[in-house]
Amino acid sequence: MLKLYDIAVQSRLLLGTARYPSPSILAEAVRRSKTEIVTVSLRRETSGGKSGGAFFELIRDLGVRVLPNTAGCHSVKEAVLTAKMARDVFRTDWIKLEVIGHHDTLQPDVFGLVEAARILTDEGFQVFPYTTDDLVVAERLLEAGCRVLMPWCAPIGSAMGPVNPTALRSFRAHFPDVPLIVDAGIGRPSHAADVMERGYDAVLLNTAVAGAGDPAAMAEAFALAIAAGRLAHKAVPLEPRDMAVPSTPVIGKAVFS
Amino acid sequence: MRILVKGAGVAGLTVAWQLYRHGFDVTIHERAEKVGQGASGFAGGMLAPWCERESAEEPVLTLGRLAADWWEAALPGHVHRRGTLVVASGRDAGELERFATRTTGWEWLDEQAITALEPDLTGRFRKALFFRQEAHLDPGKALSALTAGLEEARMRFLFGPGSHATRYDRIVDCTGAAKIGRLANLRGVRGEMLRLETSDVTLSRPVRLLHPRHPIYIVPRERNRFMVGATMIESDDAGPITARSLMELLNAAYGLHPAFGEARLVDTGAGIRPAYPDNLPRVTEDGETLHVNGLYRHGFLLAPAMAGEVARRLLAEHASPERMAS
Repeated sequence: MLKLYDIAVQSRLLLGTARYPSPSILAEAVRRSKTEIVTVSLRRETSGGKSGGAFFELIRDLGVRVLPNTAGCHSVKEAVLTAKMARDVFRTDWIKLEVIGHHDTLQPDVFGLVEAARILTDEGFQVFPYTTDDLVVAERLLEAGCRVLMPWCAPIGSAMGPVNPTALRSFRAHFPDVPLIVDAGIGRPSHAADVMERGYDAVLLNTAVAGAGDPAAMAEAFALAIAAGRLAHKAVPLEPRDMAVPSTPVIGKAVFS
Repeated sequence: MRILVKGAGVAGLTVAWQLYRHGFDVTIHERAEKVGQGASGFAGGMLAPWCERESAEEPVLTLGRLAADWWEAALPGHVHRRGTLVVASGRDAGELERFATRTTGWEWLDEQAITALEPDLTGRFRKALFFRQEAHLDPGKALSALTAGLEEARMRFLFGPGSHATRYDRIVDCTGAAKIGRLANLRGVRGEMLRLETSDVTLSRPVRLLHPRHPIYIVPRERNRFMVGATMIESDDAGPITARSLMELLNAAYGLHPAFGEARLVDTGAGIRPAYPDNLPRVTEDGETLHVNGLYRHGFLLAPAMAGEVARRLLAEHASPERMAS
């Protein structure tokens, strides 16, 4: 079973809560995905310093574990402040840490990320860092105290799926014992199945579900694909070969056909 | 039957108008000093149910498609039936395809066709979606005209705080965001907008500019003015527009046409839209009071359907023998 900071979870799908057509559809997507963890952006929904009030209540009422995030934070200071606010609002030490380095592509600022991770870990937070597939950055994040890593497989919201399978493979191989969650870039259930087959521990999604024509049905489709990918990984899939290999012996076969 | 309508935003005035048409004795009470002081004052006034269907559920289309007819019948000459143009910058062209798969009632336009509709957008977009059946109106003018019509019909308007001794048979509460925290599951969704003034750009219809994170619309108004909206933030904070939202809205306007960079910023606004969890409005009953609420970002679009629903319920009561006897 997957353990994230000593919390055991059954579902390997983590779901974002932004940009659904309505809170009702979000609730239905959470239900059908059978997810146990949802992420919530503190920054966007706390205009004017007032809490996101009713929306946060709605999230709490979903009855699943909340992983607050620092989406939209562009500096270490901002991310740390947002994490502290999240701790108060949701009474959890978990924080999905995002430090955005580029406004347009939302690419993580990996330097700020490592620094913020160190500060937050020292303050008792359990940090889930949104990072690139860079191995050195990942090592620094582990040194900073992170016990989960969340590499992207493509830029946020791009829906491209794994754009660099080689990097994903070496990332998995380098950190065999760290829970790895693919965060960002997934567009379709087949992408999610793909990274799960490669041995990733879980997948975090938002736009791919929220932006689908029928978000609740898509949430369920992802849950099925992720479960299938996980099962396939445990079953050890065949490696691709360059040439055809017959599945039955050829020698001695009757040649009537 | 004596009816008190509470709230003189788009919901209250629409309900009052509908009830007046059915011959009810209606009084309107508004806590503020004049009409349209809540979310209605910041509305875009788009009667665009086909576009809204992109992120809203089916009832927004089925209830909203008759809105333009309702407003035209109530306020002849106020409704502009010129459709909606939906565009995206070259980099976000995929958003247009996505929008098309989520909606109906559109046709694809090429550059020439865009020019024919909006000459000032010539050369700025390769293609666009055109929602021919959609319409828009000026919310401020529409509410004033509705109020004038009701006053002419000798409906009573009471302004300012305070309760009134008169007994009413029924109360229709249309006070919108004021009911957040009092009506179950009603929440606030903050919206921010701004108004620009320039004579360098002319648009004849609302234009929506798609963007993966900040979709916006620009609605042309009289006197070279343009309303640019609107953010959607899960918060019931009514404070002034934030710098970030202002930047995003202006950036999008500039993206639609660089001449907006030289426009005057006339004013900005922020309002709270009342919404239920499914973002659909409804009529609920609580003793003698009927609540019309949850109009979300669809005030002018769905208020007529809600007003029709209120009228149907009150007419049914009026006709039922037990109610008559009581």
